[in-house]
Amino acid sequence: MQETIRTKIIDAGSLEEFPVKISKEVIVEGLPLAVFRLGDDEFYTIKNECPHQKGPLSQGIISGEYVYCPLHNWKISVTDGKVQDPDEGCVETFPTYLKDGRVLIELIEEAT
Amino acid sequence: MEKLVLIGNGMAGIRTLEEIIKRDPDRFEITIFGKEPYPNYNRILLSSVLQGDSSVKDIILNDYDWYEKNGCSLHCGEEAVQVDTEQKVVYGSSGTKAAYDKLIFATGSDPFMLPIDGADKEGVIAFRDINDCEAMIDTSKTHKRAAVIGGGLLGLEAARGLLNLNMEVDVIHLPEFLMERQLDEPAAAMLREELENQGMVFHMNKQTVKIRGEERVSGLLFKDGTSLDTDLVVMAVGIRPNVALAAASGLETDRAILVDDQMRTNVPDVYAVGECVEHRGTVYGLVAPLYEQGSVLADHLAETAESAYEGSLMYTQLKVSGVDVFSAGEFTDGSDTKAIRVHDEFEGVYKKVVVRGGSVIGAVLFGDTSDSPRLLDMIKKQTDISEMDKAAILPSEKREASTESAVVSMAEDETICGCNGVCKGDIVASIQEKELSSLQEVTQHTNAGRSCGGCKPLVSELLELTLGDAFREADQKEPMCGCTTLSHEEVTAEIRDKKLTLVREVMNVLGWSEPEGCSSCRPAINYYINMVNPEEAEDDANSRFINERVHANIQNDGTYSVVPRMYGGVTNPEELRKIADVADKYNVRMVKVTGGQRLDLLGVKKADLPSIWEELGMPSGHAYGKAVRTVKTCVGQDFCRFGTQDSIQLGIDLEKKFQGVPTPHKVKMGVSACPRNCAESGIKDIGIVGLQGAWEMYVGGNGGVDLRQGDLLCTVTSDEDVIHMTAAYMQLYRETAKYLERTSHWLERVGLKWVQEQLVDHEANCAALAERMERTIAQMEEPWEQIVNSGTIKQDYFDVKHVTT
Ligand code: SRM
Ligand SMILES: Cc1cc2nc3c(=O)[nH]c(=O)nc-3n(C[C@H](O)[C@H](O)[C@H](O)COP(=O)(O)OP(=O)(O)OC[C@H]3O[C@@H](n4cnc5c(N)ncnc54)[C@H](O)[C@@H]3O)c2cc1C
Ligand code: SF4
Ligand code: FES
Repeated sequence: MQETIRTKIIDAGSLEEFPVKISKEVIVEGLPLAVFRLGDDEFYTIKNECPHQKGPLSQGIISGEYVYCPLHNWKISVTDGKVQDPDEGCVETFPTYLKDGRVLIELIEEAT
Repeated sequence: MEKLVLIGNGMAGIRTLEEIIKRDPDRFEITIFGKEPYPNYNRILLSSVLQGDSSVKDIILNDYDWYEKNGCSLHCGEEAVQVDTEQKVVYGSSGTKAAYDKLIFATGSDPFMLPIDGADKEGVIAFRDINDCEAMIDTSKTHKRAAVIGGGLLGLEAARGLLNLNMEVDVIHLPEFLMERQLDEPAAAMLREELENQGMVFHMNKQTVKIRGEERVSGLLFKDGTSLDTDLVVMAVGIRPNVALAAASGLETDRAILVDDQMRTNVPDVYAVGECVEHRGTVYGLVAPLYEQGSVLADHLAETAESAYEGSLMYTQLKVSGVDVFSAGEFTDGSDTKAIRVHDEFEGVYKKVVVRGGSVIGAVLFGDTSDSPRLLDMIKKQTDISEMDKAAILPSEKREASTESAVVSMAEDETICGCNGVCKGDIVASIQEKELSSLQEVTQHTNAGRSCGGCKPLVSELLELTLGDAFREADQKEPMCGCTTLSHEEVTAEIRDKKLTLVREVMNVLGWSEPEGCSSCRPAINYYINMVNPEEAEDDANSRFINERVHANIQNDGTYSVVPRMYGGVTNPEELRKIADVADKYNVRMVKVTGGQRLDLLGVKKADLPSIWEELGMPSGHAYGKAVRTVKTCVGQDFCRFGTQDSIQLGIDLEKKFQGVPTPHKVKMGVSACPRNCAESGIKDIGIVGLQGAWEMYVGGNGGVDLRQGDLLCTVTSDEDVIHMTAAYMQLYRETAKYLERTSHWLERVGLKWVQEQLVDHEANCAALAERMERTIAQMEEPWEQIVNSGTIKQDYFDVKHVTT
């Protein structure tokens, strides 16, 4: 049987609430997310938990498309969630778009 | 192209490939199997990772780019599990099938785990790879006691690392004295005394027979019936060459894989190199001989020269900070040997040179190892010393009085880097021909210093000697980070010259390879632009580490702590009441007295920070900042029967004046009113001690990782003079230290004498520095109040969005 995935789109707020090159912490019913606005309409969302020891990635220094975890400086790509060498791992990513001035995040609702 | 396969992505194997590629880059198509999930790293420096001096990142020798650039296809994390020497194919654990024309085994060795009851329990590990290192670091966060079985090189390095991780460390050793394979008894006794002073507890003559515990280790039982409680066991009793795959593939093995002088095994086209090799009856466990093997094998495979490996002389050096130990050759006394001995129990120095028939055959040095390259050379060459006087054999004995460097008297062909076999002449020639000017460049071009790093001070001295005056300018150029080749000093000079005032601008104008920099360079640049031009620089909050961005300390669970100022450690009922109210209202998890004489509210939610600050109405204590933090005081004259000065008032004045001034690293002060020093002024960045009618100013103290006692800078008579000198001293530090260089390290680098020349002997200069400090102070703003009053900062940096679906 094939796996079917259902997603839902949530509205995280209006464009102005997301400053460029700063990450915003967004909590969706208990799920902690870090939303990154890298350019005017360039948005990425990853889980706000470092794969190392759950450091809040929204608090890290952002350089290019990478964020450095505030706890032990792991370097993580915000576009694909991959941890960079020499550390390993990856963090969940969530497709994010801008539509009519609203920031929309796509979450997986269920997989059957 | 011929196909070359390497099994084992470690130090010996990759060095062999580097040598082959250097000789003939196009000869082989190379495939590598590496069981560990990392590119080749410097195993030797695991000790320094554990001791906290480097990170895993710093010890990578060949990054993934290197493999790609040199056309090596690396199967990282894949073990070679089968070799068909008939068909000439190697099979990997993830299904890779690699055909070869030539095959090299470089499988290294495995740590030997004592086969005793309980050795399989959780918390019983070895010290061999990154995983072990991380296991120790992780354990130290949750457990207190560690036991190291084995008092040899590895065991002691592990024990020192565990001490640095704040564990209580017991070392269990079976023989009578430490490092018995490398040291004689007097040296071992001195070593033990030194390590005991550092905090290790030794149990000699103890044989472990059982490891106790449920799932996790809880203790050790010894043969004599005694026992010991522990939370972690590190076995460092020895290594066992990793030969299982080789043996299963039909290679002849004894203690290890047997090879001839060209590193050939008994099977055609199959070679072996490294710790997995036995050559003329010897198995080596140090990189120097392994690298010599690699070079011979490269000559043979690339067919560039006919060389032969004829065995190596072994020597050792212990990499434990504060302890210099060296030993080589035959160092025990025999009936036909005589020895030169120097034993100075006051200085903690021991030197023994063993001589047979006129030539040096072995040596042990403790406390001062500066003669080691020379002795090693004499042992290798079997120099006839019958005509030499003692000073010629141990030049350090003569040097005592003068400060001349050991490299001056070394011959051109004396080895400086033992691990990589690089002699003085090679280094000098490279420096001159390739116009090298930094330690890093010398390492890149000659390999000197690339393994254990023990020779780096000598290489530096040689660089200085060779370059002469040019050296001061080239002065140890280390790039700021991977984004640039410029050093800290050069970046600062460019910021001054070009009047750069924005972080972005600096990276852009100076040609950063990563356009947006990284977490190392951005905070540094931000500091420098503000230091150089406090009026015009535009502070970039996003280039600051989170603590300085939100003006609180991030905690392990993502909450924050709040430390308000209590000038000089003095508070009053009103302040305490406010703190208590806030703590109640915001459910603060804990209120704690800090080591800096003030109160800390711990476990605060980020979104609550601005309201808490507002309700406290107290200024920030900058407990998070690379800035002036606290001024600790003692009660002093007003209360104390010994007090000679008003230490509380001076402390408060200093703190009020300099609070929060940004500095390369944090700055802490202390003021005590008499030499009993209850404010611990001796271990502060700036420590003031009151005498009858005078204040002594101590500088460069540090109570942290590298404990250091402050040096007396000067004695002054008034409070105003203390403040003036503090301003000038701090400004000198601000202008000439590298970002993240604490005053203690800076002072060691530039020297107390230089600082005194700048400040004490040069009044005008001192005044100019103090004046520049005033310019910075004039720009200071109270950060908490600033945030409380700014809606946008609050919104951008503190608000958390809650969304429901
Ligand atoms: C709160 C406090 C511990 C306490 O409960 O007493 C503390 C807490 C931290 N110290 Fe400390 N240090 C505290 C007094 C000290 C002292 C004692 C003192 O100041 O008298 C020392 C040794 C003295 C010295 O600095 O010379 C000290 C030496 C360190 C070091 C080592 C610095 C060094 O140069 O070796 C670090 C690491 C660093 O700064 O890079 C550090 C770092 C830290 C950090 C900020 C770790 C970090 O980077 O996140 C800790 C924050 C913990 C947290 O979750 O909030 N802390 N730390 C103390 C705050 C004092 C204050 O009121 O500002
Ligand atoms: C903490 C520590 C400190 C040290 N200090 C010093 C020092 O100060 N000076 C000094 O000279 N030496 C020191 N050494 C020793 C030095 O590190 C070793 O001698 C050297 O690393 C050996 O190199 P090697 O390539 O033979 O083995 P390794 O570096 O161990 O490389 C072998 C690699 O092969 C891999 N491998 C094994 N089997 C397979 C397989 N079937 N398939 C794929 N991969 C496989 C292993 O996982 C390993 O990564 C130290 C060692 C340690 C652990
Ligand atoms: S508060 Fe200081 S000593 Fe304690 S764990 Fe943190 S950094 Fe280490
Ligand atoms: S929690 Fe992110 S690096 Fe440790």
